[in-house]
Amino acid sequence: MDLGTFLIQCLNALQYGLLLFLVASGLTLIFGIMGVINLAHGSFYMIGAYMAYALAPWVTTTLGGGFFTTLLLGLVLAVLLGYVLEWLFFSYLYEREHLQQVLMTYGLILVFEELRSILVGDDVHGVSAPDWLSGTIALGSLMTYPVYRLFISAVCLLVALAMYLVLSRTRLGMAVRAGSVNREMAQSLGVNIGVLYRVVFAAGVALAVLAGMIAAPVSSVYPGMGGQVLIICFVVVVIGGIGSVRGAFVAALLVGFVDTFGKVFFQEAAGVLVYLMMAAILLWKPEGLFRQG
Amino acid sequence: MNVIRTVLIAAAVLGAPLATAQTAPKLKVGLMLPASGTYAALGTAIENGFKLYVAEHGGKLAGREIEFAQVDDESDPAKATDNVNKLIKRDSVDVLVGSVHSGVAMAMAKVARDTGTPLIVPNAGAAAVTGSMCAPNIFRSSFSNWQPGYAMGEVMALKGYKSVVTITWKYAAGDESVGGFKDAFEKGGGKVIKELSLAFPDVEFQALLTEIAAAKPDAVYTFFAGGGAVKFVKDYAAAGLKKSTPLYGAGFLTDGTLEAQGADAEGLLTTLHYADDLGTPRDNAFRLAYAKAYQIQPDVYAVQGYDAAQMLAAGLTAVKGDLSKKAEFNAAIEKAKIDSPRGAFTLSRSHNPVQDIYLRKVVGKQNKLVGLASRALADPGLGCRM
Amino acid sequence: MPNFVRPALVISIVVALAVFPLAAGKYEVDLIAKILVLAIFALSLELLVGQTGLVSFGHAAFFGLGAYTTALLLQDPDPRSFWLVMAAAMVVAALYALPVAALCLRTRGVYFIMVTLAFAQLVYYVFHDTKIAKGSDGIYLTGVPAISFAGWVPFDITKSLPFYYVALALLCAVYALLAMLERSRFGRALAGIRVNEQRMRAAGFATYPYKIAAFVIAAMLAGLAGFLKATKDGYVNPEMLAWHESGAVLLMIILGGLGKLRGAVLGAFAFVLLQEVFKNDAIFGEFAKRWQLLLGFTIIVCVLVLPHGLVGLPARLRRRERHDG
Repeated sequence: MDLGTFLIQCLNALQYGLLLFLVASGLTLIFGIMGVINLAHGSFYMIGAYMAYALAPWVTTTLGGGFFTTLLLGLVLAVLLGYVLEWLFFSYLYEREHLQQVLMTYGLILVFEELRSILVGDDVHGVSAPDWLSGTIALGSLMTYPVYRLFISAVCLLVALAMYLVLSRTRLGMAVRAGSVNREMAQSLGVNIGVLYRVVFAAGVALAVLAGMIAAPVSSVYPGMGGQVLIICFVVVVIGGIGSVRGAFVAALLVGFVDTFGKVFFQEAAGVLVYLMMAAILLWKPEGLFRQG
Repeated sequence: MNVIRTVLIAAAVLGAPLATAQTAPKLKVGLMLPASGTYAALGTAIENGFKLYVAEHGGKLAGREIEFAQVDDESDPAKATDNVNKLIKRDSVDVLVGSVHSGVAMAMAKVARDTGTPLIVPNAGAAAVTGSMCAPNIFRSSFSNWQPGYAMGEVMALKGYKSVVTITWKYAAGDESVGGFKDAFEKGGGKVIKELSLAFPDVEFQALLTEIAAAKPDAVYTFFAGGGAVKFVKDYAAAGLKKSTPLYGAGFLTDGTLEAQGADAEGLLTTLHYADDLGTPRDNAFRLAYAKAYQIQPDVYAVQGYDAAQMLAAGLTAVKGDLSKKAEFNAAIEKAKIDSPRGAFTLSRSHNPVQDIYLRKVVGKQNKLVGLASRALADPGLGCRM
Repeated sequence: MPNFVRPALVISIVVALAVFPLAAGKYEVDLIAKILVLAIFALSLELLVGQTGLVSFGHAAFFGLGAYTTALLLQDPDPRSFWLVMAAAMVVAALYALPVAALCLRTRGVYFIMVTLAFAQLVYYVFHDTKIAKGSDGIYLTGVPAISFAGWVPFDITKSLPFYYVALALLCAVYALLAMLERSRFGRALAGIRVNEQRMRAAGFATYPYKIAAFVIAAMLAGLAGFLKATKDGYVNPEMLAWHESGAVLLMIILGGLGKLRGAVLGAFAFVLLQEVFKNDAIFGEFAKRWQLLLGFTIIVCVLVLPHGLVGLPARLRRRERHDG
C-alpha cells in the first residue's frame, strides 16, 4: 500500500469513526448519567435518517428552506420526542433493574420499527445533500473524496468540541459530570435530578437523530439501519468507558480504524477484529478506557 | 400525572381490528414471503404478481379455486423451518411458494424435499436450491445468481476489457454472482485481478473503494441489492470512480433503487432477465394489468411472482387439478413453456429457468433495454442429482 | 401453599405435556416440541443469570456450537449414536466455555455483559464469514442421530412424535438436575455469589471456581439444546449464534421471571406463544402483519405491570385482592 492510498484510508477511518462518535456519545451519556440501558438508541438514528427523507420535501415547499432548515426542524422535533419519551416512558425505568430496561427498550424497538413501516413504508430511499456540498475534492490522481463526507466529519468535530466545552465549562456540564459519578451525592448537593435527566435524555436523542440526519445522504435510508448501528454503538461505549464522552471519542476512532484497515487487510476476519479488540481492551482495562469514578 | 401517563399508554395499546373468517377452501397455496424488514417490498411485489395471475383467471386454476395462507418469514433463516412447518402442518397447504432470502429458501427446500410438497421459489437465487438440494417437486420461477453474472461476463469480455475488479458481499448470492461473471469473463480472455468482498450486510464501502482506485482496473463488476446497492452506487460516484472506471453489475444494482440513487446511477449497464421497457405485447399487457390493480409499476419481482403462478397453473392443468398425481404434476411443469412478461422461457433439468438475459442501461428512472446479453442461458445446475 | 401442592402441580403439568400429542394436531406438536427445546436453552441461561447473577449476552454461542457440532458430525447418511453426538455437542460447548469464562470473569457488571457478547460475536463471524461450515447459508444435516439398544432402533428420532417425547424427557431431566443443584451446596454457593459476592469472599469462600463451573455447566446445557434444535430442523445457520438469539433467550427468562426455574420454562412458552398468536391472521386479520407492534406493546406493558416476570403474577393478583378487600 503506497502512502497516498494509506492516507486516504486514514481519512476514511477518521470519517467513519467521527460519525460513530456522534451516535455513541448520546448513548454513553444516557447510559452513564441515567444508568439506563437503552436498546432503542439505534432507532433514534433511524428516525433521524427517515426524518431527513420525509421532512425535506415539506420543508422545501412549505417553508422554502433547504437542508439546514430540515436539520434544524429535525433537531427541534428530536428534542421534543426525547422530552415526551422520557416523561411517558423512560422515567419508569430508572428504579428498574438493567434487565427490565433491556426488555422494555427491546419492546420499544419493535414498536418503532413497525410504526416506521406503517408511516413511511419499507422502501429504500435516498436523500440528496445540498448542492453546495455535493462536489468532490481530488485527492492526488487516485480518486476524489466527496465534500459532503468532509462536512460530516466537520460537524462531528464541532459537536465534540461543543460537548467538551459544555461539560467542562458550564454549570450544566458540572451537574452532568457529577451525576455520572455519583447520582445520590449530586442530588443531595442540590442538583435537580429530574430536570437533569430530562435534559440529558433529550440531548442524547438529539445527538442520535442529528447523526442519522447528516448521515442520510451517504448511508441511504432503509429498514434495519437502526439495528446495525446499535451493536457497534454499544461496543464503542463499552470500550470508551460508560459515561465518558472523551472515552467514546477515542473508542469510536479506534473502531473506525480497526474496521477500515481490517476490511483492507483481513477481508475474511474483518468482522471479528472489532470484537477481538473490545475483548482485549476489556481484559486489560475491565471498566473501559476512561471509566468515570 | 400518573393517571394521564397510564391512560395514554393504554390508549396506544388498543386498536387492533379483528378479522373476518376465511371461506371456501379449495387449493391452498402457502406464501412464505417477507412482510417486514429490508425485503418487505420484494415480498409484496411477488405476492401481488402471483395474485394478479390468479385473479386474471377468475380466482381459479385448472378449475380449482385458489386459497392463500401467508407467513411472514422476516428473512430470518433461523426461523425458516418453523415457519414452513406452520404452513405445511398448521395450514395444510398443498403448494409452497417462497422465498426471497436464500437462507430461508434453503430451509424450505429441505422441508419440501422431505415432505414431497411442491415448492416454487419466486426469487432466492442460491445455487443449492436447484443444485445439491434439487428435487422433482422443487422449481424456480426467478433466476440463479450465476445467470446475470455469467451474462455480464460475456458482455464485458466482448467489450474488450482485460482487467476487472469484482466487489460484493461475502455470502452465497454475491459469491455465486461473481463466480458466474468470472466463468464467462475469463473464458472470454479477461482476468479478474482482485476479488473484493465485505461482510453482509455491511455498507461501509469507502475502504474498498480506495482499494479499487489503487488497483486501477479497466472496469468493475459488482453484485449488491437493496439498501447496499443504493449506497454503493452513490459512494462509487462520489469517489470519482464513475468517471475513471466504468461500473457494471447484476441487475439488482439498479432494480427498485433508481429513485434513491438519482443521477449517480445514470448510464449504468446491468444484466437481468427483465427490463422496464421490453415493449412486447405480453409485457405491455402485464404492466397495464398490474398498474391498474396495484397503482404502481411492476418490477422483476412482480414478474417472478406472476410466473410462479403460471408454472403452478401449467402443472395443475396437466393433472386436471388433482395434486395426488405427483409425478405427472412435476413432469408437466418441467416440460412447460411459460409465456412470461420477460419473454418465453422453459425449465432446465434442474428446474431453473432457461431464459434470455437482457442488457439494460439506466436512463432517467428506468432500466431501458439495450440489447440481448445472453440468449436462452441455462444454469449448469452443479451438484443436482435427480 | 401446602407442601404437596407444588410437586402435584409439577407432575400434572408433565403429565399434561405427555398426553398433549394424543389430542393435538401435527403442527401443535411441532410447536410445543420447539418450545420444549427453547425451554432447555432458557433453563441453561437461568442457571447463569438467575441463580449466579452473571448476565451473559453471548449464550447463543454455545447453543450454536452445539447445533453446528451436531450438523458437522451428521454429514454422512449413516446414522450415528444419539448419545455420542449429544455428548460431543455438549463437550464442544464446554471447551469453548472454559477459556471464555476464564477471560470474561475478569470483568464485572455491564462490561461482563459486553465481553460475553464479544466472544459470541467471534464465533458468529467464524461461522458466518469463513468456509468452515459453508458460511452464511448454513448447512443441512444428511445423517440422523439414532438411539439404539444393541443394534435395535426403536424409533426414528427425526419424526415428530418420538422427537417430542425425547425432548420432553430431556427437559424434565435438565429441570430435575437444576432443581437438585439449586438445593445443593453448590447451588447455595451460587446464590450467595449472586446476592453478595464480596461478603462470600470475605468469609473465605473461593468464588471463582464456582462461577467458572456455573458458566461451563450452563454452556453444556445450551449445547444440548442446540443439538436438539439441529436434530429437529435438519438445518443449521449462523444466525443461531447471532446476538439476536442471545437477546431472545435473555428476554425469555426476564419475561418469565428471574430466579425461578419455572420462570425460564414459562418465559419460553410465553415468548413463543405470544408471537404465534400475534402472527395469526385468523385472529388478527390484516393486523397480523403488524405483529411486531403488538408484541412490543405487550412486552412493555408486561414489564410495567409485572416487574418480577410472569411468575410474579399470582402474587400480584393476591395483593390486588387484599387491596380491594
